[in-house]
Amino acid sequence: MTLEELNRIKNEYKDIVKVRKVVAEESAKIAANTQYRKQVLVCGGTGCTSSGSKKVLKALEDALEENGIKDVLVVRTGCFGLCSLGPIMIVYPEGVFYSQATPEGVKRIVKEHLKEGGSVVKELLYKETVKPDGTITPLLETNFYKKQRRIALRNCGGIDPENINEYIATSGYQALAKVLLTPMSPDEVIKEVLDSGLRGRGGGGFPTGRKWMFAKASPGDIKYVCCNADEGDPGAFMDRSILEGDPQCIIEAMTIAGYAIGACRGFVYVRAEYPIAVERLKIALEQAREYGFLGENILGSGFSFDIEIRLGAGAFVCGEETALMTSIAGNRGEPRPRPPFPAVKGLFDKPTVLNNVETYANIAQIIRKGSQWYASMGTETSKGTKVFALGGKITNVGLVDIPMGTALREIIEEIGGGIPNGKKFKAAQTGGPSGGCIPAEYIDTPIDYESLTAIGSMMGSGGMIVLDEDTCMVDIAKFYLEFTVDESCGKCTPCRVGTRKLLKYLEKITLGKGEDGDIERIEALAEHMQKSSLCALGQTAPNPILSTLKFFRQEYIDHIYNGKCEAGVCKSLIRYEVIEDKCRGCTLCARNCPVKAIKGAVKQPHVIDQSKCIKCGVCQANCKFGAIRTI
Amino acid sequence: MADNIPFKGTQEQEQQLLEVIAKNKELPGALLPVLHEAQEIYGYLPIEVQQMVADGLGISLSEVYGVATFYSRFSLTPKGKHKISVCLGTACYVKGADKVLAEVEKKLGIKSGECTADGLFSIDSCRCVGACGLAPVMMVDEEVYGKLTPDLVGKILDKYIKEEGGNK
Repeated sequence: MTLEELNRIKNEYKDIVKVRKVVAEESAKIAANTQYRKQVLVCGGTGCTSSGSKKVLKALEDALEENGIKDVLVVRTGCFGLCSLGPIMIVYPEGVFYSQATPEGVKRIVKEHLKEGGSVVKELLYKETVKPDGTITPLLETNFYKKQRRIALRNCGGIDPENINEYIATSGYQALAKVLLTPMSPDEVIKEVLDSGLRGRGGGGFPTGRKWMFAKASPGDIKYVCCNADEGDPGAFMDRSILEGDPQCIIEAMTIAGYAIGACRGFVYVRAEYPIAVERLKIALEQAREYGFLGENILGSGFSFDIEIRLGAGAFVCGEETALMTSIAGNRGEPRPRPPFPAVKGLFDKPTVLNNVETYANIAQIIRKGSQWYASMGTETSKGTKVFALGGKITNVGLVDIPMGTALREIIEEIGGGIPNGKKFKAAQTGGPSGGCIPAEYIDTPIDYESLTAIGSMMGSGGMIVLDEDTCMVDIAKFYLEFTVDESCGKCTPCRVGTRKLLKYLEKITLGKGEDGDIERIEALAEHMQKSSLCALGQTAPNPILSTLKFFRQEYIDHIYNGKCEAGVCKSLIRYEVIEDKCRGCTLCARNCPVKAIKGAVKQPHVIDQSKCIKCGVCQANCKFGAIRTI
Repeated sequence: MADNIPFKGTQEQEQQLLEVIAKNKELPGALLPVLHEAQEIYGYLPIEVQQMVADGLGISLSEVYGVATFYSRFSLTPKGKHKISVCLGTACYVKGADKVLAEVEKKLGIKSGECTADGLFSIDSCRCVGACGLAPVMMVDEEVYGKLTPDLVGKILDKYIKEEGGNK
């Protein structure tokens, strides 16, 4: 591969990919330069695959063949971000968005829309994109996309991740060419990353350029570059989506990192639970080798580098850097004290740079467009954009890439489309089991590293779980503690014993057996764990409790002293009662009650026998008149 | 329960495992990749298999056992013909994953981590399969079922039970 060949491929595929970056006439104009009249993008990410996108893709290809349509390009992409509406299908040049596609619907779309002279099938479009007067908003112009600035996700959902040519068409490998052929010196590369202000996206937020600088400065002939794709925060899936949607950008970035620090081997440590991501990464590695972006003498520069995949085996603690490297070396993934830091003594005891997937996804663009471009986005100390996985009680569940400093309100209300079912926003949980919550009164907090830390939460890897009024904060804290108890590796006592003790307190409290002094005991223990645990897992394990105690202390007090769970979640503290005025005596609840605890004559108000009731909630869920309340 | 299940490895499986060991022997940090493949071959990692891995890689059985028990993906007991995995990640949890798990347990009469006596079903909980948009979800073998309710769970399991000649 030479620079000329790289540019030739770029020019050959450029227009095909550009069609998907704009909409309507602009897109049609570019499409006219290609052999395809239309392009159909079908999401092949994990979310959409789970909702049946393989069947949709097959139906689409079959229907196109049956109808003799040959000038429509079908592309299976990675994640678009709107996972709850899958399977997702987008048609260019119109840029229209078909949601929850089915094989039957696809047949109709082929016949009515994709054939020559056809028009959009409005009934099958995502309904939010069709205005009452019938005009259609293209997907890229919806609130969900318009407010984002997709940097790390720039190619996710936009290219075929199994076709390296499409990556090259979006200026892929131009950064590597710039580094190796200009050539930039390793110090210049590191300076560019340093000046961009990029900080680790895996949770710690350490400046990436400084990590590289330390690793380069460490003496030694053998060094390694590692990629942390062991995304452990339950509820975060951006790393998976990037690997599934744009795997080449990680390979390019790791190769640049290898050049910068003087390493010739890289490892990607990826969760075995992500089979699609692993498969796409394998394909990407093969293609990169075939094209000469990996291997000996890359682009004729004399620099050699290659990457291996190592599978994780389901241990959250392996997201911690020293544990991850211990695991790659074939051991129990236990962390060790730092220093020495991995930049000095890392994988196989050699100097190592370790960044996570999302961090790497920014690198090639920083090199190509310059550090100033990147630093122009975000806040004073948090540059660039951050990907969040919006989940929980929010309308648009999915992945969003937003400039640092965006207010939480904008994310929840505009990009996320608000809380479904008319419920009230209660809090957003960020940082997963190491993080905390942002309550409704702080909804205008800008989302950046410092602001989140200041209110007792943290950026973490970018999971953002939205909670509504039906969520009990004590129960949520308990959920996270159950997680850390499961995942504590057991090496150090404060974490191994501390997490279990904290969980015991929370179990007691949610069972209505909390005692005076429990809150104080929790706080004291939490402080010890923060100070004395070996790694971040133990040090941050109390955060979900401390943060809920800070903002929702009254809920703990209600549970302990008043025997009350306001949200109606903790079964031991609630009871169901029939509201006499509202009950029409339809008998539905009595018939559905699994323990026959409800009595009453037809058309007469019913009564729940509290001694029999097991608090399953079936009566409340089935009542059509809202006549059953939780007390 | 699992301790009573005799090891039923075949010659063919042993041959496969020896090939995997030979292929990876020189790889730095070979133990994890070998255990992944060994579990693919046998479905789980009984002590007999761990011993073969230890002998093949020239390390102690205790080292193999230590690693095999550290990671949740490795299982020392056999799994059911159909592996049910209920996601208990945060996004699923706030949407009622605990009720889904309870329904699966009730329906099959076993607890999470166990296998039915006829060897047809086993239940596990997992942390996030990355399909948060469809929460709550569960997986039966490779198939992901999303937006679940306890009601739906019953229907999905019935389908598998029926396929197996259903008497549950």
